[in-house]
Amino acid sequence: MANAIAPQKNMTFGEGGLSLALIGLAILSIVIAAKAYTPEYAFHAYLFTAASIAAVFAIINRYFERPAGKAPLINADGRPNYNMAPVKFATIAAVFWGIAGFAVGLYIALELAFPALNLAQWINFGRLRPLHTSAVIFAFGGNVLIATSFYVVQRTCRARLAGDLAPWFVVLGYNFFILIAGTGYLLGITQSKEYAEPEWYSDLWLTIVWVTYFLVFLGTVMRRTEPHIYVANWFYLAFIVTIAVLHLGNNPAVPVSIFSSKSYIVWSGVQDAMVQWWYGHNAVGFFLTAGFLAIMYYFIPKRADRPVYSYRLSIIHFWALIFLYIWAGPHHLHYTALPDWAQTLGMTFSIMLWMPSWGGMINGIMTLSGAWDKLRTDPVLRMMVVSVAFYGMSTFEGPMMSVKIVNSLSHYTDWTIGHVHSGALGWVAYISFGAIYCLVPWLWNRRLYSLKLVNWHFWISTIGIVLYITAMWVSGILQGLMWRAYTSLGFLEYSFVETVEAMHPFYVIRALGGFLFLCGALIMVFNLWKTVNSEAVAGEADLQLQPAE
Amino acid sequence: MSVWQKHAILEKNSIILVIGILLVIAVGGLVEIVPLFYLKNTIEKVAGVRPYTPLELAGRNIYVREGCYLCHSQMIRPLRDEVERYGHYSLAAESMYDHPFQWGSKRTGPDLARVGGKYSDAWHRDHLRDPRSVVPGSVMPDYGFLAKTDLDYKHIAQDMKVQALLGTPYTPEMIADAAKDVQIQASTDNPDAADFTKRYPNAVARDFDGDPTRVTEADALIAYLQMLGTEVDFKMYDDKANIR
Repeated sequence: MANAIAPQKNMTFGEGGLSLALIGLAILSIVIAAKAYTPEYAFHAYLFTAASIAAVFAIINRYFERPAGKAPLINADGRPNYNMAPVKFATIAAVFWGIAGFAVGLYIALELAFPALNLAQWINFGRLRPLHTSAVIFAFGGNVLIATSFYVVQRTCRARLAGDLAPWFVVLGYNFFILIAGTGYLLGITQSKEYAEPEWYSDLWLTIVWVTYFLVFLGTVMRRTEPHIYVANWFYLAFIVTIAVLHLGNNPAVPVSIFSSKSYIVWSGVQDAMVQWWYGHNAVGFFLTAGFLAIMYYFIPKRADRPVYSYRLSIIHFWALIFLYIWAGPHHLHYTALPDWAQTLGMTFSIMLWMPSWGGMINGIMTLSGAWDKLRTDPVLRMMVVSVAFYGMSTFEGPMMSVKIVNSLSHYTDWTIGHVHSGALGWVAYISFGAIYCLVPWLWNRRLYSLKLVNWHFWISTIGIVLYITAMWVSGILQGLMWRAYTSLGFLEYSFVETVEAMHPFYVIRALGGFLFLCGALIMVFNLWKTVNSEAVAGEADLQLQPAE
Repeated sequence: MSVWQKHAILEKNSIILVIGILLVIAVGGLVEIVPLFYLKNTIEKVAGVRPYTPLELAGRNIYVREGCYLCHSQMIRPLRDEVERYGHYSLAAESMYDHPFQWGSKRTGPDLARVGGKYSDAWHRDHLRDPRSVVPGSVMPDYGFLAKTDLDYKHIAQDMKVQALLGTPYTPEMIADAAKDVQIQASTDNPDAADFTKRYPNAVARDFDGDPTRVTEADALIAYLQMLGTEVDFKMYDDKANIR
């Protein structure tokens, strides 16, 4: 290329087109801000304006700084020219949102124990709770998924990330969605559908970002130099595709006006309930399970330096898992006004789901065959293996709770909250921490600052999780039993508020568990900070490629 | 060719893999969701269920805004203790005009599906302002700001238009009179109350927040809470007619 005529420097179609689109969005947002029905919505419109203008400046800046010609190269020196900057951004964002989400979780746990902490309307439990769930699931979990998927797909396909601006659009656009959603909750902008609270305009924005995410990921897979698509990428693909379907299915809404943040979901009543839990349970199944199983399938073999235990098991459990999960939603609606046939289907498939879930667990844990000794010496690997064990535990508990007779006790109680957290803290957060502990040294070409601190993180947060789950088991079952307790004369034994009062000690223990979990995560932040600020070491980029065995 | 080798087709063709995933995940949702829209016995035939009045709708929007559903369910299950504690189990028909549904999934506080008429307006006012003044063991946040905030119902007719578009039977008359109906329902002994109840049978009009000078968010929320579960007269309801 060196002897070619120096190419004229032109904006690419992507740079020009995206700039124009963003300028259009900025103008539209200003108009909306001026005529918005509420100041809260105007504030969001101004945020859109500011973000669009900032993005246009960033694109133009980047254009002036980059060399002329087609940038950047897909391959450099015969090796894929990996695009790791968006991965780095998403990794940092994940850590940031993780701490924020855990801290908000601790605060609302304390609000339930000490209601005086509901100091103002903006931080009342009802507004902070969606902030907590969205921050940990979509902000922390979502950034972990974007970071790891962009990393894994490049490494396993041996191809540079597809698109030039597109990966940045995904990463920044997604985090902007988080900002809009999160500030919206505090200001009272919510559609109050659990785990799908953002209003119509945030949903539209997320749709654009998510489709781009899908195209970048698929484009990279199609660019691969390996004939086979690695198993982790099947799971990432299933996660991205299904979340798109679920998001579109659950959120169609008609806004009151383009100048109003308020909209009405097109579904109503019992149909809305079914669609919501079809979405809600598969946010668990595909966002929090399939996506994180992809992480398991890359990071555990890599860290343990062992191949995946069984290739055939991975095929079977992949297809079984994604087929069965979709059916499980109605177990959130047992004994409700949802027709019985749907409840029974939901329960049946939830029980069957136990099998592929444990297939994944076995495949993850048995990958350590021949490398069990590493559990003693490598706390990062231990964290990931324990996460898979937690996955096994909560995917046993889930099918059990979906049995109608068990559900009649557990539903509406803290048992559900405990179950969610054994999956969320034990499985999702731990596999994420493990992946982050791997990723940061790889991305920045550093050695992890301290394995001892990882060990501290592991034990402190494990104690936190155990306190959390056990407190919620006890309070949930106690609550359920108190609600249905009868005196010998056949009267209900407890008034509702007596059951609330009985929860207090467990809410305090739960908050303590959450506090320990947050402390562990702060230790991780310190460790990562020291890692990034240490001396660079010879990274993987400098190593020679090894032929496949 | 073994099945494992056949699977290699999916592993080597990303588009086929994506199509395969789409097909596999489509089945469960289609089977469980689509019939709910055409099976006639999904929603019971029952007398009394009507669309929300403009004031109740505004109140419901406050309920949605504050995330009340995170601690309060609106779905009584047909279990002995629940029916005795809260009243008749909930019918699908009772939430047929709910966009979105607010059945909830957690009872940190009690179920609200039939809270209407259980407590006085004054109790609700005190409870919203300071929950522990009437229920010492409560962990509910304070919602005193509702009674201090004027209700914004400038655009409530637009809200109803959207709902009508989605199938809620609001008549053009109801939509045209929306703002007026808010004022009528939030005042005691309004001369136009008869017109209002003609439009919304069984709806109750009175000054819910105890402040006759203005319509506040507390007016709207209490109006909504006081109508919850009161539409269907269960003395007249035949359980057997709707066995599904």
